[in-house]
Amino acid sequence: MSLIVAQNLSKTYAQGEIRVEALKGLDFNIEPASFVSFVGPSGSGKTTLLNLIGCLDKPTSGTLSVADTDVSHLDRRMAASFRGERIGFIFQDFNLIPVLTAYENVEYPLLVVQNTPSSERRRRVLALLDAVGMAEQKNKYPDQISGGQKQRVAIARALVADPKLVLADEPTANLDHETAYMVIDVMKRMKTELGTTFVFSTHDQKIVGEAETIYTLEDGVLSGREVKNNNVQSM
Amino acid sequence: MFSLCKIALRNLVRQKRRTLLTASLITIGVVFVVVFVSVSGSFKNMMVGQITDSFLGHIQIHKKGYVRSLDSLPLTLNMNSKAVKKVEEALNETPGIETYSARLKFGGMFSNFVETTNVRLNGVYPENEFRTVPLFPARIREGEKAIKKGDVLLPELLAKGMKVKVGDTVVVVATNRDGSVNGKQFRVSGILESATGPGGRDGYVHIEDAREILRMDEMEISEIAIRLKDFAKLQEVFGMVGDRLSEQLNKQGQPAFEIHTWEKLSPFYNIARMIDIMTLFVKLMLIAIVLISIMNVMIMAVYERIREIGTIAAIGTAPGKILSMFLVEGFSLGVFGALVGNVIGVAIVYSLGIAKLTFDFGRQKGLLLSPTIDLTDILVISLIVIAISALASLQPAFKASRMEPIKALRHV
Repeated sequence: MSLIVAQNLSKTYAQGEIRVEALKGLDFNIEPASFVSFVGPSGSGKTTLLNLIGCLDKPTSGTLSVADTDVSHLDRRMAASFRGERIGFIFQDFNLIPVLTAYENVEYPLLVVQNTPSSERRRRVLALLDAVGMAEQKNKYPDQISGGQKQRVAIARALVADPKLVLADEPTANLDHETAYMVIDVMKRMKTELGTTFVFSTHDQKIVGEAETIYTLEDGVLSGREVKNNNVQSM
Repeated sequence: MFSLCKIALRNLVRQKRRTLLTASLITIGVVFVVVFVSVSGSFKNMMVGQITDSFLGHIQIHKKGYVRSLDSLPLTLNMNSKAVKKVEEALNETPGIETYSARLKFGGMFSNFVETTNVRLNGVYPENEFRTVPLFPARIREGEKAIKKGDVLLPELLAKGMKVKVGDTVVVVATNRDGSVNGKQFRVSGILESATGPGGRDGYVHIEDAREILRMDEMEISEIAIRLKDFAKLQEVFGMVGDRLSEQLNKQGQPAFEIHTWEKLSPFYNIARMIDIMTLFVKLMLIAIVLISIMNVMIMAVYERIREIGTIAAIGTAPGKILSMFLVEGFSLGVFGALVGNVIGVAIVYSLGIAKLTFDFGRQKGLLLSPTIDLTDILVISLIVIAISALASLQPAFKASRMEPIKALRHV
């Protein structure tokens, strides 16, 4: 059973009388515990697609199912609840809460979103900080750690609520190559250890190669799908 | 909730200078209101106490129509002994009344054998009068603190004008209700300090002397001044006495008596009302200060943290929790300002009490200002500040909670 199923998925933005078709009738499936990348030039619709999958936006037409839930019609509150329980987010700019320590940032989804009991919270936060190699930096604030360390904390935060899916929009764009590889490596390791599906967008060709499945987007249309064994399919 | 408070408080600390400035503004506002409420309230209470306890009493009862003609002190509107008895019965049955004093008021001519002038006099039973207006003896600046038969207490302005001293003999001439004139010699036993308001510049004699000079066959009374056990129950007791006396009708079928609280008899009541209105305006200013400063800070906070709001919304924070987070921030600023402001305000009030400030009011000199502040006032001021802080945060907090995460995340 696919984790994500998109059928004829479209998104059109209206700016006054101008209508911009960001996504045009996409059809794709993403399987559980996969490591998927969407690539394409700026404006190709990668971020729009991730926003739709992440329930941050609604499609104009077509259907989108994530973890067996039709997310096209979720209202604001239900979407927030769904995101909190099923989806983790990793942002290009890390987006850690500056007034919280690394530990508290990771703890935030369990504390504020899921109301997890204290002992369970502590166990899961420490385990994830350890897994991403940030256990020793747990009491540091975001402005006291490097970009790579911030992104590792962000990965731990995205995974702490045990989501089925983690979405990462250009997670390595603000990192140097070495750190970017390190971050991708952490993501892959987490995917293997926890069985979480990672879907990320990037335009970095070297990073793209790390994905198991690569979808290419051009002008809002899926133009290609490549799997790890270099099997390129035209769509 | 604890985590929301923690984030809110840390965000306040994050903007130290701005938080400090806003909290200082609220603190200064609270200090100003606490000191103003304390000083003006103490001034008002002291003046009311001076007026009611030195000559007016808390409540007065007259025959219907007397107060309207108070300036001419009409003997024809005195209460006869039968009427006085009915009033006394009503007063004795009413709980909350500590004591009362019957007065026979009249106007006459006063002579020092060289000059003659007008005088307004009160004939009183000294013991009752002193119990009803306990500050009265303090108004006797020179001479004995008593009113004996054959003695007169003169208001100081009259005594000065007529060059009369304690121990001098004077003559009082008065016209009785039939129009015949009678005179009587008195010894000046004391000089009375003037007080503000009606009756504040009257002289006093023993009521038996008043009856004699007015040639009354039976005792008549112009007014009965009442002292309450608890001044705070003024309106309650006033209502009870009024109800009891309303049963007494005159020949025209109208109420035979009229009853007034001090508020209706003293012009100081209007000053007291002005003080209350000023206090209200000062509180409104505080509300405006808190409203504008908190709203300004919270709008800034929301604007600065749009991406942060987008992030926490994206990772699943419910809109209600985002709203609470910003409400707690504004609320905390209000609590801090109210707390520090009250502490400083109470310290200033306490210091003013130690400094023993005096002031003059009318002809009353050297009145000691003893500012105090009630716990109720502190609670009311604190509640106003805290409630307005939360209210001022509501709009920015609501805006934050309604923000689309996708737009917020794109914000630069």
